[in-house]
Amino acid sequence: MTKKAIKGGEFLIRETEAHEVFTPEEFTEEQKMIAQTCRDFLDTEVYPHLDEIDSMKNPDIMPNLMDKAGELGLLGTSVPEEFGGFGMDFNTTMLVSEVIGGGHSFAVALSAHTGIGTLPILYYGNEEQKQKYVPKLASGEYKAAYCLTEPDSGSDANSGKTKAVLSGDGKHYLVTGQKMWITNGGFADIFIVFAKIEDDKNLTAFIIEKSFGGITMNEEEKKMGIKGSSTRQIFFNDCKVPVENMLSDRQNGFKIAVNILNVGRIKLGVAAIGASKMIANKSTEYANERKQFGTPIANFGAIKHKLANIAVKTFASESGHYRASQNIDDAYNAFVAEGINPGEARLKSLYEFSIECAILKVHGSEVLDYCADEGVQIYGGMGFSAEGPMDRAYRDARINRIFEGTNEINRMLCIDMLLKRAMKGELDLMGPAMAVQQELMSIPDFGADDDSTLFAKEKKVLRNLKKAGLMVSGAAVQKYMDKLSTEQEVLMNLADMLIEGYIAESTLLRVEKMVTAKGEDACAIEIDMMKIYMNEATEKCVLAAKEAIYAISEGDTQRMMLMGLKRFTKTEPFNLKDARRRVADHMIKENKYPF
Amino acid sequence: MKILVCITHVPDTTSKIAFTDGDTKFDTTGVQYIIGPYDDYALARAVELKEQTEGSITVLNVGTAETEPTIRKALAIGADDAIRVNAEPTDSLFVAQQIANAVKKEGFDLILMGRESLDFNGGMVHGMVGELLGIPSVSPVMTLDMDGFTAKMTRETEGGKESIELDLPFVAGCQEPIAEWKIPNMRGIMSARSKPLNVIEPTGNDQGATLEKYELPAAKGAVKMVSADNVQELVDLLKNEAKIL
Repeated sequence: MTKKAIKGGEFLIRETEAHEVFTPEEFTEEQKMIAQTCRDFLDTEVYPHLDEIDSMKNPDIMPNLMDKAGELGLLGTSVPEEFGGFGMDFNTTMLVSEVIGGGHSFAVALSAHTGIGTLPILYYGNEEQKQKYVPKLASGEYKAAYCLTEPDSGSDANSGKTKAVLSGDGKHYLVTGQKMWITNGGFADIFIVFAKIEDDKNLTAFIIEKSFGGITMNEEEKKMGIKGSSTRQIFFNDCKVPVENMLSDRQNGFKIAVNILNVGRIKLGVAAIGASKMIANKSTEYANERKQFGTPIANFGAIKHKLANIAVKTFASESGHYRASQNIDDAYNAFVAEGINPGEARLKSLYEFSIECAILKVHGSEVLDYCADEGVQIYGGMGFSAEGPMDRAYRDARINRIFEGTNEINRMLCIDMLLKRAMKGELDLMGPAMAVQQELMSIPDFGADDDSTLFAKEKKVLRNLKKAGLMVSGAAVQKYMDKLSTEQEVLMNLADMLIEGYIAESTLLRVEKMVTAKGEDACAIEIDMMKIYMNEATEKCVLAAKEAIYAISEGDTQRMMLMGLKRFTKTEPFNLKDARRRVADHMIKENKYPF
Repeated sequence: MKILVCITHVPDTTSKIAFTDGDTKFDTTGVQYIIGPYDDYALARAVELKEQTEGSITVLNVGTAETEPTIRKALAIGADDAIRVNAEPTDSLFVAQQIANAVKKEGFDLILMGRESLDFNGGMVHGMVGELLGIPSVSPVMTLDMDGFTAKMTRETEGGKESIELDLPFVAGCQEPIAEWKIPNMRGIMSARSKPLNVIEPTGNDQGATLEKYELPAAKGAVKMVSADNVQELVDLLKNEAKIL
């Protein structure tokens, strides 16, 4: 890669500079207009009909909404112009996902169609397949569903039992099997189906049209949330699939599934941020409206605390998402410049940042659940009432920690991918980890901090957090070696440190870039938010690191690591209460999430 | 048919209104700007008319460079080109003069705008433009259909509706339901960047009004609920507390 040449996962061992990251403040007028179109669409077509959508009484309502979204071009943002789309960069499609992410069940339908429904054909299809299907998917004429999960094959996706048997004349595969939790299943025209041919070890993907026959489905699933999203169990019974509808090569299906999930993950994360912003807006409005003891509840410290935390976490997570999506765009452009075809370049760029995609999926979905939970609390009784907006927000949020790979799977993946890259020599984790070991043995540096540069203290905290992460990870690898994958609890701890480090750094770099552009006074609230998040990230890392250290070490080693942890997580006192009040007061004054 | 749609650049309807500099300036901090909602309807009708008849749509805004994102949005919705008169839209007469000058220079058959802007709500510009050009002006227009060079319109009147037939050229101040409100689509947004946006300098400087000071309306008081079967209490309150009886 040429430009910047930032590698995926490298943030852990590389000090990124503020000018290297993209921040949401840099969106162009055109991108803002696209975001506004998405907002206008939700306001006019989706929000007035949320109850009707969720009731599932009218089976046409969702496909009709998809048609309208297609007319506006919202289904073709990431599709190249030659296939009837708009060929927008990844960052812009992320922005679309973010705004639509506030659209409850509709957001799920749209994202399944444009992501896991369309992208497998766009990225892996041959020219004929792309010409045949992609323009109709981009316009909404065809709606798509992705059929991977089976009753006994969820997180362990490659263990699916669906079979594809070549017909006697060699012209068709007969696909037989049962697929579960199929989003858009009820109205999809095209199904991306994963099945095994003969006794293959790996899955093969097929493009199946509903019109091929041999497809039946159960009634709509009854779900906790996203009730308006069509979710079906689908049965393929000797479904006759022309051999030319095999997607990519035989046994390449698992790779397709995994790679498509990379894009699904980061987009799920950013959609969750869109939903969090919606909750932040509504919670602020309600806190300003609702009066108790003769004053709006927004005037109470406990409510300010909640509003500020909602905003801080949302802002922080958003910083990570757009940092990574720009990295993905830059990597894509560099691959294309090297002569790699655009479809493959897209996949390679996403693969390069798959660690970040997993991190962001976990963080975005957990921020959303936090916001939804506190949103209910701010609304009080009305939060628990199905008449208020938080009921739906709370129920709809929950699935995000489950689909596109559960957060547990994604936590393990982050660490697994990081270690694999280190073993392959793609990331030099060993050198920095050894340096941390050395530092542990040496006398602590009691010298005065150099705080002559902007946020020098915060940057030091961040450097130390990374050291803490390397210290604990290194010790865990040494202790368990190739058995580390079976120590899931420790992996969760390591992942938590990695996630918090990435998000804290992204927030710090974003605010630094803002301050460089506008000055400290104009960014006073954002500086507060960054400091609050840095504090939170540090506390979470301490907790995760301690749990891991207790589990993997004892005696002198343990004592040394705990001392090291103390040294690496030292922070200066900061009045969080006052900072949160300043953040909340700004929201209260603007009567919205104003960042 | 050459259609001119005049658009205003106004704070979003949900904006918090505040003033600075001793209440002589509108506080723009954190304010999002939009196309004036009535102008948006005028533009939407122009796009519909263009689909039915051959023609072109030019949008015009009197404003400084910061209004260009709003103008680009109008181009994304379907206007073919745009004129920005590079000046603060200080008062209705000044704005009307700029529009009239542009019409004299470019020659438009139909001049549409909102019935009023959503910031100062003067509702005077369409009348002034008609007067300056010596052509009819009609407002508020709720429906507008073209039959060749003749327009059939309905206008809202006090307690009723008025049907009007009028030959081009004329000025119309529009309001809903004249057209279906339009959200710019992706194709429109992407093509907007390459559509011409011509900046011209203002001519003349006639000020019909000068601004002294802004004032917010008095805050709403608390509401007291009176049971429907307790008329006596209501009368007492109106008499003794509200003192309006």
